[in-house]
Parts: sequence; C-alpha cells; structure tokens
Amino acid sequence: MTITLTHYVVLSAVLFGIGVFGALTRRNAIGIMMSIELIFNAANINMVAFSRFITPETAAGELFTMFIIAVAAAESVLGLAIILAIYRKRQVLNADQMDLMKW
Amino acid sequence: MDNMIITGMLAAVMPLLGFLIIQAFTKKHHMLSAYVSIAMIAASFTMAVLILLGQLKTPGMHNYSLPWMHIGSVEMNIGFMINQLTSVMLVIVTFVSMLVQIYSIGYMHGDDGFSKFFSFISLFSFSMLGVVVSNNLMQIYIFWELVGLCSYLLIGFWYTKPEASDAAKKAFVVNRVGDFGFLLGIIFLSTKAGTFDFIAVEEYVKSGAIDPNYLTVIVLLLFCGALGKSAQFPMHVWLPDAMEGPTPVSALIHAATMVAAGVFMVARLFGIFVLSPGAMLVVAYIGGFTAIFAASIALTQDDIKRVLAYSTVSQLGYMVMALGVGGYTAGMFHLTTHAFFKALLFLGAGSVIHGVHTNNIWDMGGLHKKMPVTSVTFLIAALAISGIFPLAGFWSKDEILVATREAGMPLLYYTALITAFMTAFYMFRLYIVTFLGKEKGEASRRAHESPLNMTVPLMILALMSVVAGFAGVPGQENSIYNWLYHGEHPHETHFNMPVAITSTVVAVTGILLAFAVYFFNWIKAENLKKASGPLYALSKNKFYIDEIYLFLIKRCFFTIAEAVKWFDKQVVDGVVNMAAFVMRWSGRALRNTMTGRVQDYALVIFGGAVAAIVAFAIYNPAALQLLGGR
Repeated sequence: MTITLTHYVVLSAVLFGIGVFGALTRRNAIGIMMSIELIFNAANINMVAFSRFITPETAAGELFTMFIIAVAAAESVLGLAIILAIYRKRQVLNADQMDLMKW
Repeated sequence: MDNMIITGMLAAVMPLLGFLIIQAFTKKHHMLSAYVSIAMIAASFTMAVLILLGQLKTPGMHNYSLPWMHIGSVEMNIGFMINQLTSVMLVIVTFVSMLVQIYSIGYMHGDDGFSKFFSFISLFSFSMLGVVVSNNLMQIYIFWELVGLCSYLLIGFWYTKPEASDAAKKAFVVNRVGDFGFLLGIIFLSTKAGTFDFIAVEEYVKSGAIDPNYLTVIVLLLFCGALGKSAQFPMHVWLPDAMEGPTPVSALIHAATMVAAGVFMVARLFGIFVLSPGAMLVVAYIGGFTAIFAASIALTQDDIKRVLAYSTVSQLGYMVMALGVGGYTAGMFHLTTHAFFKALLFLGAGSVIHGVHTNNIWDMGGLHKKMPVTSVTFLIAALAISGIFPLAGFWSKDEILVATREAGMPLLYYTALITAFMTAFYMFRLYIVTFLGKEKGEASRRAHESPLNMTVPLMILALMSVVAGFAGVPGQENSIYNWLYHGEHPHETHFNMPVAITSTVVAVTGILLAFAVYFFNWIKAENLKKASGPLYALSKNKFYIDEIYLFLIKRCFFTIAEAVKWFDKQVVDGVVNMAAFVMRWSGRALRNTMTGRVQDYALVIFGGAVAAIVAFAIYNPAALQLLGGR
C-alpha cells in the first residue's frame, strides 16, 4: 500500500480534531498548552504533505514548517511562563479557575 | 472701488478699531480709553463729512461688493453702498455719537466701567454704521443684530441694578421678536429673488415677479424688524424701560443708533415698500397710532427720561407714518432734525440728573438759575420738537403734515396735529416743572451746572437744532428734498401755508396751555386730572400694555410652556429613557456570556470559525470543489 496525500490529510485532520477537543475540554492549563501544540503539528503535517505532493519542485512548505516549529517553541515558553507566574501567585493550574476577567 | 467707497468703509471700521484697542490695551487707563474712542469716532465723523460734501457736489450711487461665500447658488457678499441717504445717516450717527462720547467723559466720570463704557459705545457706533453702509440684506441683518447686542450691553451697563438688567433683557427679547419677522422677510424675499443685494432685489420686485399678496406679506415681515428696533406699537415697550441705562446711552439710542435703524431700514428698502400699497397703509397707520398713543402717555409721566422716551416713540411714529404715506424725504428729514434735538434733550436731561441726582421732575424746579446753559439749550430743543418757527422741528414736522395731507389721509393728518399739540404740551410741562418755578426739594437746592465737557456738546447740538431745518426749507433750489429723493424725480415741494399756520397755532396752544397749568396755575392740574377721569389713569399706567403683555405671557405662554414641558418630560425624555433601559437590560443579559474562562471563549471562536466555513460553503458552492482537491 502506497501512502497518498489523502492519508496525510486524514492524519492531520484527526490530529487537529484531537488538539481542538483537548484545548476545549482539558482543565489543566498545561494540558491545554500541549493540545495547542497538537494543532500546530496538524498544520505542519498538512504543509509538508501538500508541499511534497503538489509542488515537489519547491520547498516552501517545509521552510514554513521550520519557522512554525521555532515560533511554536517560543510561544510555548511564553505560555508556560505565564502559567508558572499564575501558579505562584494563586496556586491554581486549572483554566476554569482563572476567571479574573469575569464581569 | 472708488474713493467714496473706501472712505465709507473706513468711516464704518474706525469705531471697531477703537473698540478693539480699548478692549485689548487701554482698559486700565480710563482717560486714554475715552480719548481713543473719541479720536476714532472723530475720524469717522471727518470721513462722513467728506462723503456728505462729495455727495452734495455730485449726488449718486456708489456700490461695491466683495464676494464672501457661496452657498449653493446663493452668493453672499460684503458690500458697501454710498448714496445720499447713506451720507446723511453717516453724518448723523458719527456726529451724535461723537458729542455723546465727549459728554460721557463728564457724565461717566469716576465710574468703574469707564473704559468698558467707551468700548461698548464704539462698538455700538460701528454696528450702526455697518447697518448704514450695507448694500445687501444679509449684511444689514448681521449689523442689525449687532446693534441689538450693543443695546443690551449698554442698557444693562449698570448690571448690578436688577432694573437695569431686566430692562436690558426686555429690550433684547422684544427686539428679537421683531428681528425674527425681519429675518423671515429677508429669507422669503431673497429666496424668491435669488440674491441679497438691495439693488438686484429691488429690480426683481419691480419686475413684478412676486405675487402682490405675497409681496405684502414679505413687506410686513420686513416691517416687523422696524417695529422692534424703532419701538413702534405694539413693540414700543422696551424703549421706556431702556432708560435704566446711563443717560448718554439713552441719547445715543434715541437719536442716532438703534431706533434710527428701523426707520433707516424702511427708507433703504423704500423701493420695495412702495410696491405694496396695502403694506404701506399698515405702515402709515401703525406710525400714526404710535405717534398719538405714545404722546398721550408722555403727558402724565413723572420721570424726566420717561417723558423723553415716550416722546421718542411718538416722534418715531411720525417718521414711520411719513414713510407710510410715501413721504420718503419728509420722514428722513425728520429723522435728521429729530436726531439733533432729541440727543440734546437727553443730554440735557442727563445734565439735570447729574446735577440733582433724581429722575423725578416733581423734586426739581427752579433749575434755570442753577443750570443756565442746560436750561437754555433744553428750551431750544423743546421749542424745536414742538415745531416752532424757525427751528429744525418746524420744517420737518410740517413736511410730514403736508405729506399726510397730500396723500389724502385726513385721519392721519388730524392724528398728527393732535400729536403735535400733545408734544408741545408735555415738552413744556417738562420744561416748566423742571427748570422754572420754585425749588421743590433738597435735590434742586444742591444742583449745580455741569462741567464744560458736558455743556459744550449741548451748545453744539442746540446750534444744530436751530439751523438743521434750513436744509429743508421747501421751495428753494438746493433743499434737502431735491437732493435726497427716491425714485426718478425729485419730490415737488412747496410751502403749504395753511398747514404751517395750523401746526404753529396748535403748537403754541399746547405751550400756552402748559404755561397756564404748570406756571401760572390758572388751571389746576388736579382739576384737569379729575376732568379727564379714567383717561388719566390709562395714560399714567401706559395703557396697561406691560400688564397686558404680562397677563398674556402668564396665561398663554406659560400654558403652552407647561404643555411643552409635559411633552418633553413624558415623550421626549421617555424615548431617551427607553433607549437607556433597553441598553441596560440587554447588557445585563449579555454579560452572562462573559464568563472569564478562556476555554469558553475559545469554544466560541472555534464554533464561529466552523460556522463561517459552513456559511461560506453554502453561499459559494464552488468553494466545495476546492475542498475536493483538484
């Protein structure tokens, strides 16, 4: 069995779905962060797959993915720092308890 | 732009310059302010005389317009119009204003608002000169309102006195009522004619393009403005109250600025007025009625300035009546001569008040010995206004009488004659009670003659009151009538002997009656009072016009105001409150969605994105093919 573009796209869709589900339902803030990373990766797989199958002569998709990985890493650092700061201040990790912005 | 226009423009602008200099720089230095103001008005006066001399040499129309702004197809100009009428008015305004200002140095001496007073007077003169030189309706209206503002400022000059601030408000409000009519008239007229320019509007109306009935409405609306400014019945109520201002201001208002504006406006638009005979009839009868009505009130007033105020209303009625019967030159000539002797009367009254510190004539008496200059000049003015040969009032008043007679309006003619009789009577009642007889109180014993800077203007005005009339001796080649005319031909004037004799007899009878009652006591004033019965009370209380207005305002105006207030509170405020209520209620409902939990927000964002994609797909099926690959 050869692996076609469809396989990649389906994998990416599944990963994206898991990511969204996790991001919306996890109570732990770190879990939400991890789910968001899944969403990023779903997008990355999409990019690489489309690049490989549709425009194999250029490497634009792969290049983009590199950037996204770097940006995602930076973003994770920032997110974790925020979560840590909140934890130190309020001793909570659950996202539904961080509701200071409520009316 | 010729020399005459430039001179006229400068003449008008000079007092404004004075106002600005005083307000900006010299407010702290009282005398300096007065000198600035007087220097400016003197410069104005010089230019006015130059213009008058030029016009005497070669009469003619000089007209110049600068574009100001375009609104749609309507052009608004700033313009200047100099003709015979303008030149006469320029000289009157600047001359009287100059003398009043010189006089004010003495009268206002030591007042805290000395500089302010002079700056306001300068502004007042500027406004009036602006009215005089305007060449279009919009501009005259702007200056017209400026005149109203200045009168408010000056009547309420001693604003800490409640009566003064009330009088100022009254003058302003009553004038606004008239001005509203004037504005409506201007709008109606200029929307029809498509221009504000006097000459163009007049030509348009002359072409007969306006329906005669509509024209009558327009002319009457325009006349409303004159009703207010020139204090004609029923809008005369503000003028007597305006006496609360300093006396020089009264002199200025009554002689040169303000009240002259109304008559001048009618004269300026005379070409339009004459085309509506119906409106002219109304003008004539309102003038005639005002003349006799105000004169009958003046008979019984006790306040020296109030007598003069009602006398002004009455004389203005004369002028308006003259214009109404088509006696354009007669009306304007009377305005000219009246400016001199009425300014003289007021300044004389001011001199008396300055000396005795009371306004009540019954506290005065015997002032002739104490204040000889004031007394003699006042006598000259009284003779002039009564129309005694050969003083100024004789010539102008006779011309009005002739005009009413020749217009074939006997009712107006006899009204004018009775008014002339009353005028002579109340002027001499005033003169005798104030200056002759015995000193009646402490006030008149203390009296003293006023300083020179007050008496010299009196003497100059007295001289003018004597000689001004000779400009209008009928029948002579270069009289004012052959020069200051309206229309194609100079007015035919001739000396009407029967009228002259009648008017003189009437005036002399009035004077003699006044002497008989108040000097010789042949007829007891008390008996006269009893004989006239309720008429006396009516006159004394000014025919209860103020009370009637008060009643009407309380009854009608306040009732309407209550209804409007209810509507405003319940309906207008209701709508506003409803809007606020809906906002508050919906806000309260919607704020439950603001949970503060990021995941809720993320869910909404995600749901929104999905919904957007679905909607996109439904409305744009071609996009589905994109999803399906190539």
